[in-house]
Amino acid sequence: MTAVLVIDDDPHVRRFLRNALAGHGHVVHEAATVADGIAALETHRPALVLLDLGLPDGDGLAVLRSMTPEAHVPVIVLSARGQEGDKVAALDSGADDYLTKPFGTGELMARIRVALRHAKAANAASAEVLEVGPIRVDQPRHEVTVAGELVHLTPIEFKILVELARQPGRVLTHRQLVNAVWGAPPHEQSHALRVHVAALRRKLERDPARPQWLVTEAGVGYRLRD
Amino acid sequence: MRLVIYFGAAPGIGKTSAMLAAARQAAGAGRDVVAGVVESGDPAGLEVLPRRRDGLDVEAALARKPSVLLVDELARANPPGSRHVARWRDVLELVDAGVEVWTTLDVAQIESLGDVIQQITGAPVRETVPDHVVDRAELRFVDAPVEGHLVALRELALRRAAERVGAEVIAHRREHGIAATWPTRDRILVCVGPSPASARLIRAAKRMAEGLRAPWIAATVEVIGAPPPSTRDRERLAEHLTLAEQLGGTVVRLSGHAIADALLAHAREHNVTRIVAGKPTHSKWRDRLRGSLLDELIRGSGPIEVHVIAPLEPREAPPARPRIAERRGLAPYAWAVAGIAAATAIGLAAFRYITLADITMLYLIAIMVVSLGGRGPSLLAASLAVAAFDVCFVPPRFTFVVHDVRHVLTFGVMFASGLAIATLMSRVRGQQRDAEQRERRTAALLAFTREVAAASDETEVAVVAARHLEDGLDAAAAVMVADRDGQPVAAAGLTAVAGTDAAAARWAFEHRQVAGHGTPTMPDARVLAVPLVDGDSAIGVIALQRRKGAPVFDADQHQLLEALGRQTALALNRVRLAAQAKEAALRARTEELRSSLLSAVSHDLRTPLSVITGAATSLRDDADKLPPAARAELLSTIVDDAQRLERMLANLLQLTRVETGLVPAREWVPADEVVGAALVRVEDALEGSAVDVDVPPDVLLWIDPVLFEQVLINLVDNALKHGSPPLSIAVRATDEQVTIDVADRGPGVPAESQRLFEKFVRASPSPGVGLGLAVVRAIVTAHGGQVTAEPRPGGGAVFRIVLPRGTPPQAAVERVA
Repeated sequence: MTAVLVIDDDPHVRRFLRNALAGHGHVVHEAATVADGIAALETHRPALVLLDLGLPDGDGLAVLRSMTPEAHVPVIVLSARGQEGDKVAALDSGADDYLTKPFGTGELMARIRVALRHAKAANAASAEVLEVGPIRVDQPRHEVTVAGELVHLTPIEFKILVELARQPGRVLTHRQLVNAVWGAPPHEQSHALRVHVAALRRKLERDPARPQWLVTEAGVGYRLRD
Repeated sequence: MRLVIYFGAAPGIGKTSAMLAAARQAAGAGRDVVAGVVESGDPAGLEVLPRRRDGLDVEAALARKPSVLLVDELARANPPGSRHVARWRDVLELVDAGVEVWTTLDVAQIESLGDVIQQITGAPVRETVPDHVVDRAELRFVDAPVEGHLVALRELALRRAAERVGAEVIAHRREHGIAATWPTRDRILVCVGPSPASARLIRAAKRMAEGLRAPWIAATVEVIGAPPPSTRDRERLAEHLTLAEQLGGTVVRLSGHAIADALLAHAREHNVTRIVAGKPTHSKWRDRLRGSLLDELIRGSGPIEVHVIAPLEPREAPPARPRIAERRGLAPYAWAVAGIAAATAIGLAAFRYITLADITMLYLIAIMVVSLGGRGPSLLAASLAVAAFDVCFVPPRFTFVVHDVRHVLTFGVMFASGLAIATLMSRVRGQQRDAEQRERRTAALLAFTREVAAASDETEVAVVAARHLEDGLDAAAAVMVADRDGQPVAAAGLTAVAGTDAAAARWAFEHRQVAGHGTPTMPDARVLAVPLVDGDSAIGVIALQRRKGAPVFDADQHQLLEALGRQTALALNRVRLAAQAKEAALRARTEELRSSLLSAVSHDLRTPLSVITGAATSLRDDADKLPPAARAELLSTIVDDAQRLERMLANLLQLTRVETGLVPAREWVPADEVVGAALVRVEDALEGSAVDVDVPPDVLLWIDPVLFEQVLINLVDNALKHGSPPLSIAVRATDEQVTIDVADRGPGVPAESQRLFEKFVRASPSPGVGLGLAVVRAIVTAHGGQVTAEPRPGGGAVFRIVLPRGTPPQAAVERVA
């Protein structure tokens, strides 16, 4: 029984989400505006928020900014294709993930699962050994194996992989990755990041041109699928 | 608007009172009459504008804009710091701005009558008004009883007023189709130089032209190879040319080896019938020696009449002939002494073996060599040679006494040859300097034209123009270009244009005439403002500021300035038209896109929608009648067609954005990352079928990753829809370009394969809008690349994208924070 807050101004989208979420055993609260959404956060204390970015009384980002990071309430942003800039802005403002409309129920439920798991993990100490699919990252020993075989990574590739493997299934923007690896302004290192990720992918994937695990979200960032 | 002049023989005969009386009457009759300036007399009963710096406040008058403005004493000069140097210029601006101006004028103050008046009264006239101003005015003759030489003036004024009436009658007859009775097709050319007599020549030519109702030309000739004129001469020549312009003449600047030839050539070319030249003031000896301009003119003039005008004041000295400044110090003189000493030494050493004639030759050689250094050293060498030759060699030796008269001839030859060589040398140098100057100017113009041709917008044109103006004219330059509202705004240049300078630039722009420093309008400005005119309208202004104390521009620099200005205006016009054309093309394309979008929405998008509606309604209404297999099929249909609809919309959106000028957000992206990302997105459509991927790991593409992902998705979609597996994707890179091939083993491509990339063209009757490949082409084109479809060897089709490779930045150094 998880409480999910849906903030979207379209009644049909809300109706679809209400039915789909209830079918998977979630309790659904609804809001149609930024103001109602912020109020509903207070009253219902949801465990997760589905947030549409284009709301009648303002930008959905306003809801994100009103939330305290300490509360660890994951937010999944709903947006259309062609709005990569908005998605990146939402992710950099603290959103957990995004879904591109139109999306299917399967995709929705998978994202919700990942987001809820991260919310829990963020409260616990991060594990020393990370495992995503066949990839195993032993942090103290600086060792990475894929399906039991040892692969050699450069220090930067290792850092990128750790960043992604800590939050499997979640998309990380270029800015978030560059900040974590270099601590530098992202525009200086964005190109370098792409080169390093491409190299990392060639070491991890069986067929780097059709990646199974380390996938690119064009214009947004990278995701390590679980 | 009307200009009314109250016109009389002399000051103090009541012109201002007559004007004021008429003004009061007009005001009484309800006209909006304002007194701008009234110098004598009482403007009581009229609204009076406050004076500005003891002159007319033009701006206030323009702001007030009365129906009639009184401006007393048209010929007054304005105090320093005024908008224009002369009041008549203020008045013209007001009249042009739509204000009717009433003013007063004495006959003595008409420019072309200045000389005649001076002859009558004996006093020079200081403040005058150009004839063309008087010609456009309505004259009201104010008469009063006079005596003395004022009688003559009154007569002149009356005649002028009468002539004016006569001219109006003629104009009237002409306008009303009455056949002209004068045969004249006369054209007059007047020779203008820096000599003070030239001003009189110009006025004479003007009067003659007026009498003949003929156009006239004031021509000045720059002699190629002549030493550059002094600053004073240059200024005087500029004054004369301005005078000619003010009197309505056309000014031409010619250049040639001889003044007479250049004038006659121009005269013949332009069907000149009469040439006006000045009577020479120098002695006839000079003409015998140097040739006479008048003589040459008359001999060469053929059917052209030559009128010779006497100077008003023969005592006034003609301008001094400038000499080439030979600033080469004392070295040539030292060489002169050394050369003669050497010749003497050789002569003394060889005296026993050679004759006197040989020694003369020795000296001549020395003089010739030394003469290359100029006239002074040449004279010194000749004198020294004569002295040394006389003392050392001519018997009786070691005295100055000469017994044989023949030797005097030798001395003469020495002097003459020295002078001849020095003169020739200085002429050659002058010609060389001229040629160099001309060549520099041509080269500067050529460089400018070439560079400005590459400029693609107004700012670039302005930047190039400013730089070339500064280089070519040794002045700080700013170029201002009209903005969308037609106001000139600074576009390039080092000089900040503000205050008076800005006012001068604005005036030059609005009136399409030069203004500012060195001109009669706003001469206090530091800059010379030159309008950039294209056709009938000004499209910009050049503002030039010379260094403090630098001389005014000479003819050469004026020509360069004119040429650069013309080229700049042309270039500005070119980029402006190009921008307009581009804008129009974009608008047309948007329009076209909108209409095709409408047809797509109305037809093609409805198909998947009707499928979804049909399937969903039957599931809702007949759920219990349908077997489970049919239900499952209907549900799949709904999902498939919704996805199809989404793809169409995505393509429409992308196409609209790219075709309406979206600039790709380009980054350096590894080729395998783009291909991988696209293949992940089409995983469902591929249904697990193999794709043969061949992408080298080190190729970087300079692309918008989001747009390019769409390109690859569409090409794979297209191959799946119209071709057959196996698909293959291959990337190849050379130094210049990157090739991306998406190939299949289907039926191949039709003959006119390029048509596939047009909107709403479908290769085979399969579901779709026919936008996928149009999007591919639009995006690839926006990246500066090309896309083609070709048959694949061994069957199938290859869709090939070719992109310029570019130079990626250095790969980041391994650096961990």
